[in-house]
Amino acid sequence: MARLQGALDRITRVRGVRGAMLVGGDDGLVIAESLMAGVRGNAVAALSASLVKKLRRAAVAAGAGLPKFLHLQGERGTLLAVPAPHGIVVVVIADADVNVGLARLEMMRAAENLI
Amino acid sequence: MGDEIAALSAEVARDPQSLAFLRLGEVLRAQGQLEAAARVVVGGLGHHPYLPDAHDLYARILVDQGEFERAEEEWGMVLAIDPRHAGAHKGLGFLAYKRGDLDAALDHLELALAADPTDQRVVNALRRVRKEFERLLQAQGSVAVPPAAPPSDLFAGLEGAGSGILLADAQGRVLAGAMRREDGIDVAEEVAAHLAGVSQEAARTAQLLDLGQWRFLLAEAEHQNLYLGEPVEDTLLLLARDRSVPAGRLAVVAQRAAVVATRWLEAQR
Repeated sequence: MARLQGALDRITRVRGVRGAMLVGGDDGLVIAESLMAGVRGNAVAALSASLVKKLRRAAVAAGAGLPKFLHLQGERGTLLAVPAPHGIVVVVIADADVNVGLARLEMMRAAENLI
Repeated sequence: MGDEIAALSAEVARDPQSLAFLRLGEVLRAQGQLEAAARVVVGGLGHHPYLPDAHDLYARILVDQGEFERAEEEWGMVLAIDPRHAGAHKGLGFLAYKRGDLDAALDHLELALAADPTDQRVVNALRRVRKEFERLLQAQGSVAVPPAAPPSDLFAGLEGAGSGILLADAQGRVLAGAMRREDGIDVAEEVAAHLAGVSQEAARTAQLLDLGQWRFLLAEAEHQNLYLGEPVEDTLLLLARDRSVPAGRLAVVAQRAAVVATRWLEAQR
């Protein structure tokens, strides 16, 4: 667990990241989190899990295969998600101008730690 | 099957409020015992008058009995309770098709597909009805372009046109473009139906997490990268390209496709 928490903490060191979490992909519940004050962890977890599920169905229908990385860009913020092994999803909530590439790398590392 | 009927009948007799009547009705209907099935479902509806699935089952039994008008009334009740009930839209689409009202059949089947994009029977039915609808318009000498027959070459000249750029409306209906799998299978309708759910979820997520208006959704998947945007309100644009096309490049092509789509949509209005 300390290793996972360390991986989440590394993600939150990326400038603009407001929080990183491990979320149960099926139930949308929080498994572990590293959040700035004011970030509603439960809401982020539930909504991101639901979005990943819906996107997965669309991607499979399109023949694209299972999603490996998701990036929802809003005017004022960004949601990133990486489906990881064991049905877990690594989720990041960040500012709109976050360095997505850097956050993605750290999220992929965190996902590898779950193997 | 006989054991299941006996067990379910006993459960319903023991507890008339039990929802086991739904399964019992389905099993009896599957066995062709339509009168018994109808009795069971009508009894269940007495305890659960606002259960959409019970009305849906009763409507299907009525169709089996040739009572089409009453079936239509039942499905109408289902939609009054649950406007997105896939079974009711499927049933009403079937009835509309049966009486030759292809326009209404298309409407209901499209809504059925939006409610349950995984139902392959609806996908096939929709394809068949659309073809008939187009044939009918041609036979009538109509020059109008039916909404169901969008220009598949709208995005000609753009990377991925003809197989990986799709424009859909917010209800999950194809407007233009094409979406094919690597093996050439046309998946435009199925994907468009899924997109409606994805965009609703994206909008809900962005709103509830205070991210502002969502601008795009980018996904890297096993075989392809996907880009979903909303070029005009209530319209969805999906681009799918193989993984050799980087996400950034995909976003550039998407911007060009959005310009083309916006112009086309404005010309349609």
